[in-house]
Amino acid sequence: MVKVTVDGIEVEVPAGSNVLQACEAAGKEIPRFCYHERLSVAGNCRMCLVEIEKAPPKPFASCAYPVNDGMVVHTDSPMVRKARRGVMEFLLINHPLDCPICDQGGECDLQDQAVAYGTDRSRYEENKRAVKDKNLGPLVKTVMTRCIHCTRCIRFSTEVAGVPELGATARGESMEVGTYVEKALTSELSGNLIDICPVGALTSKPYAFVARPWELKKTDSVDVLDAVGANIRVDARGPEVLRILPRLNEDVNEEWLADKSRFSVDGLKRRRLDSCWVKRDGKLRKASWQEAFEAIAAKLAGLSGDRVGAVAGNLADAESMVALKDLMAALGSANLDCRQDGAALDASCRDFYNFNTSIAGIEEADALLIVGSNPRREAPLINARIRKRVLAGPFPVAGIGPEADLTYGVDWLGNAPAVLASLLDGTHPFAATLKAANKPMIIVGQGALARPDGAAVLAACWKLAAQTGMLGAEWHGFNVLHTAASRVGALDLGFVPGSKGKGLDAMLGGGVDLLWLLGADEFDTARIGAGTFVVYQGHHGDRGAARADVILPGAAYTEKNGTYVNTEGRVQRGQLAVYPPGEAREDWKILRAFSGFIDKPLPYDNLTAIRARLEQANPVFARTNVLPRFGCSDTAGPAGEPTALSGAPFRPFIENYYQTDPISRASPTMAECTETYMPTLRQAAE
Amino acid sequence: MLSDQDRIFTNLYGLHDWGLKGARARGDWDGTAAILARGRDAIVDEMKASGLRGRGGAGFPTGMKWSFMPKTIGDRPHYLVVNADESEPGTCKDRDIIRHDPHKLIEGCLVASFAMGAHACYIYIRGEFYNEARILQAAIDEAYAAGLIGKNACGSGWDFELYLHRGAGAYICGEETALLESLEGKKGMPRLKPPFPAAVGLYGCPTTVNNVESIAVAPTILRRGAAWFSALGRPKNSGTKLFCISGHVNKPCNVEEELGIPLRELIDTYAGGVRGGWDNLLAVIPGGSSVPVLPKSICDTVLMDFDSLREVRSGLGTAAVIVMDKSTDIIKAIARLSQFYKHESCGQCTPCREGTGWMMRVMNRMVQGRAELDEIDTLEQVTRQVEGHTICALGDAAAWPVQGLIRHFRPVLEERIKAYKAQASGRAASATSGRSMPLAAE
Repeated sequence: MVKVTVDGIEVEVPAGSNVLQACEAAGKEIPRFCYHERLSVAGNCRMCLVEIEKAPPKPFASCAYPVNDGMVVHTDSPMVRKARRGVMEFLLINHPLDCPICDQGGECDLQDQAVAYGTDRSRYEENKRAVKDKNLGPLVKTVMTRCIHCTRCIRFSTEVAGVPELGATARGESMEVGTYVEKALTSELSGNLIDICPVGALTSKPYAFVARPWELKKTDSVDVLDAVGANIRVDARGPEVLRILPRLNEDVNEEWLADKSRFSVDGLKRRRLDSCWVKRDGKLRKASWQEAFEAIAAKLAGLSGDRVGAVAGNLADAESMVALKDLMAALGSANLDCRQDGAALDASCRDFYNFNTSIAGIEEADALLIVGSNPRREAPLINARIRKRVLAGPFPVAGIGPEADLTYGVDWLGNAPAVLASLLDGTHPFAATLKAANKPMIIVGQGALARPDGAAVLAACWKLAAQTGMLGAEWHGFNVLHTAASRVGALDLGFVPGSKGKGLDAMLGGGVDLLWLLGADEFDTARIGAGTFVVYQGHHGDRGAARADVILPGAAYTEKNGTYVNTEGRVQRGQLAVYPPGEAREDWKILRAFSGFIDKPLPYDNLTAIRARLEQANPVFARTNVLPRFGCSDTAGPAGEPTALSGAPFRPFIENYYQTDPISRASPTMAECTETYMPTLRQAAE
Repeated sequence: MLSDQDRIFTNLYGLHDWGLKGARARGDWDGTAAILARGRDAIVDEMKASGLRGRGGAGFPTGMKWSFMPKTIGDRPHYLVVNADESEPGTCKDRDIIRHDPHKLIEGCLVASFAMGAHACYIYIRGEFYNEARILQAAIDEAYAAGLIGKNACGSGWDFELYLHRGAGAYICGEETALLESLEGKKGMPRLKPPFPAAVGLYGCPTTVNNVESIAVAPTILRRGAAWFSALGRPKNSGTKLFCISGHVNKPCNVEEELGIPLRELIDTYAGGVRGGWDNLLAVIPGGSSVPVLPKSICDTVLMDFDSLREVRSGLGTAAVIVMDKSTDIIKAIARLSQFYKHESCGQCTPCREGTGWMMRVMNRMVQGRAELDEIDTLEQVTRQVEGHTICALGDAAAWPVQGLIRHFRPVLEERIKAYKAQASGRAASATSGRSMPLAAE
């Protein structure tokens, strides 16, 4: 620690900090454009100038100047004020005066700092620079004339996103930020460029000219379009969600958000189910809640419990899942499943299906094996964390599965489960690397588990983890990477076949007479038996609704107070930002109402009561947001024979990152992304 | 006046053989192994004692710069980088060293690298110096073939590799850290300092960047002794220096002279005097385009060394003396320099990127007089807003010529503006439209 005096306030900061950090520690605000905590220091905007005593009599860029013990800094001397005013004037001379039509207006660093540090008039009488706009794809809109060349976007794409596609061409005044040869950015994190751009040069293309920040109601929530559980802020005006932004959470998403989670927002108002539908004479017709419940009750009458089943979808909240489970129990059914993809997840122990290392814990690891996963598509934010760890220093990463560009170097060992066997018997050289590491970790993707020998792969991975020292008392290096936001919560609640209960495969093909789909759209509905009566409860008219006999309109994640457990096992709560459209209701309330309708009322009438029920079902639900980390206490592995591996190669689990769920499939923006980034898929569909 | 036996660059004019044989005849490569045998510290101390100040423009003591390198070679190798990216307008001294006396430079590279513990040295040569690069490469090949450099250089036991790298033509790549970036294959943009190259330089390793002339004089200093060198010139401004005299003189030339020679004597003795006589002199830029211009009244008496020129608020820079007689449109001359700096600004940091363009545009209007009187003050303030606020010294270099112009030739600027106004109001009176005078952006 070194002592620094900032404007008379003495602070202690770690050695190696920069002056800007010391000033912040002293509670002094330092204006800046190019400096960003999570990016390398560029020191080019010159806005953060401060005066340092006993140094040459000129202002220093505080972001790029290391602290010394006993340093005396002035942040508000006449010299500093004059210097900042000068820099601000320079920044503004070529910046267009188009704030009234600029989407950044109201949340623009340049606007705010011009008010605080600038002068009230311009002395620049010459023509302003104009720069041709670039096309960066369907997500990021550019107005390059507004660019102040802070290079945050260049550094973000090179360092965090790992796609060095942005750069500056030409020099001096003629310098332009762009992709050299015009092309769409190929990052799943490109939306963050909009957030880090301090001016209106990079803004959101779908959100262009939609709203002003002060018109929006902001609600803190949690993202559900992958299993990372990124913390988000939902911005709504009236009944409409207009945009979604990331919220700071160092342990989960830092301050980033993946593109699907950010830009699927326009899918929330398309293809919505806003009233009940009942199939009569082979055709779905609009109905009231009364008629819909009557139709289900009529079907239920006389059915024995084992002829009824329920499947939970990927976006379901824990409240609705526990309510559905309780309803099924009341009906005498143990036919439950949440594993639509058929992943051989073992729900008997939390360690078998969690991302035990935790996302932040990746930064402590020192070797990584990825099995049957493409984290770049399945969880871009976790991929960014892995990249961060790779950049921080020696971090051998190996992969078993189809080769992919993960934005960092991966030693692809092969695509067959046989490689896993060779790692297990120690004949493969990477086994030694894992053994030599202090904190090795393994990530098992759904692509490795959703296959006939999934249980064997899971058991083999666990065994490998045990053999290579991943399962220690202090360190837990075994990780399952999920893609469904509901999955860990469902497994925590035991939303899997109970004793003598049927799993998904058994329920399909006529295994049950009434199948209740809670937003379940991710399996082939043609496999449902022709005689099975399907109740679809959900928010989008997707695959499940198309097969339904009765549709109950539910709420999307922005429209309900829901609890979600992310892939780490972290319990987080989303909040209602807008009300569900039309007749739609929060899902657990629909189930509660139906239970009353058939005279088997569930014992909870409000959110507090159902959350108490969640805690009762599994104590993990009592602890929200925080995630205490444990080592592995029991190294006994999951059911499954580690040697029963098949010869079939692993296949990519997600083909199209941009369309994985009913919301993103309804989103025109995501459709455009698919067209731009996945041209082969589009051709296949045609 | 410098006597011939005190000259270091005895083939400055290319009258003799530039090759190894000729160089040896002039005394180069004589007892190099013995110099190295004195050891690192002795060499650095000798250089410190000689009082040699960097010849690239900033005038930082060379010996002290060498001493900043780590004393022992750690896990990172040391590098010497020679800055041969001579691009300062008016300057042409390194070019003549390279094409007429390349072995002085090569020997200097060996000696300096040894003194810093560097086994490898890179010479970054300006891309436009095509023929010079060929000559230098040929000289390097000669030295390799003669065993003067390479493994066991000169039989001293020191392994030394010398590489020549051609730039691609950017003034900013002459800035030492931009040069390192360019050498690493990146865009030539200056780095933030600290860390300084002596700690984190080329490829992240301890590096010293020196000008060609600073390196080329080192072997002679070490052979003849620090006392000889420091006896030349004036205190703290010792030794000889190459002056490049160009512009309105009768015989533009490069010449080696003692530091501290009066400017007038320099011009009159070597350049055949100012065109039309000394009284026809308008102004002199004494140290390459980036130092402030000096009017005749100062030129009459000023001495050509670092401190004397600093006293008159200019600088020695690269000692490129640009002479302008009374036929010169001084505003246009400085406006041309502003255009140069606008063109060469790398665009990395705000004050330089935006300020150079602003200065150029105002200067271009000033040439016509199409401006208001108070804009002279605005322009002066703009130069102050650039100066000292940038990452590298290019911002300062762009600001100083304009500051020098305003400091010494403000009446000329005012006169031009008034003349334009008078002319414009005459035009306005004759035109029926009554349109007011076109100003600024119109």
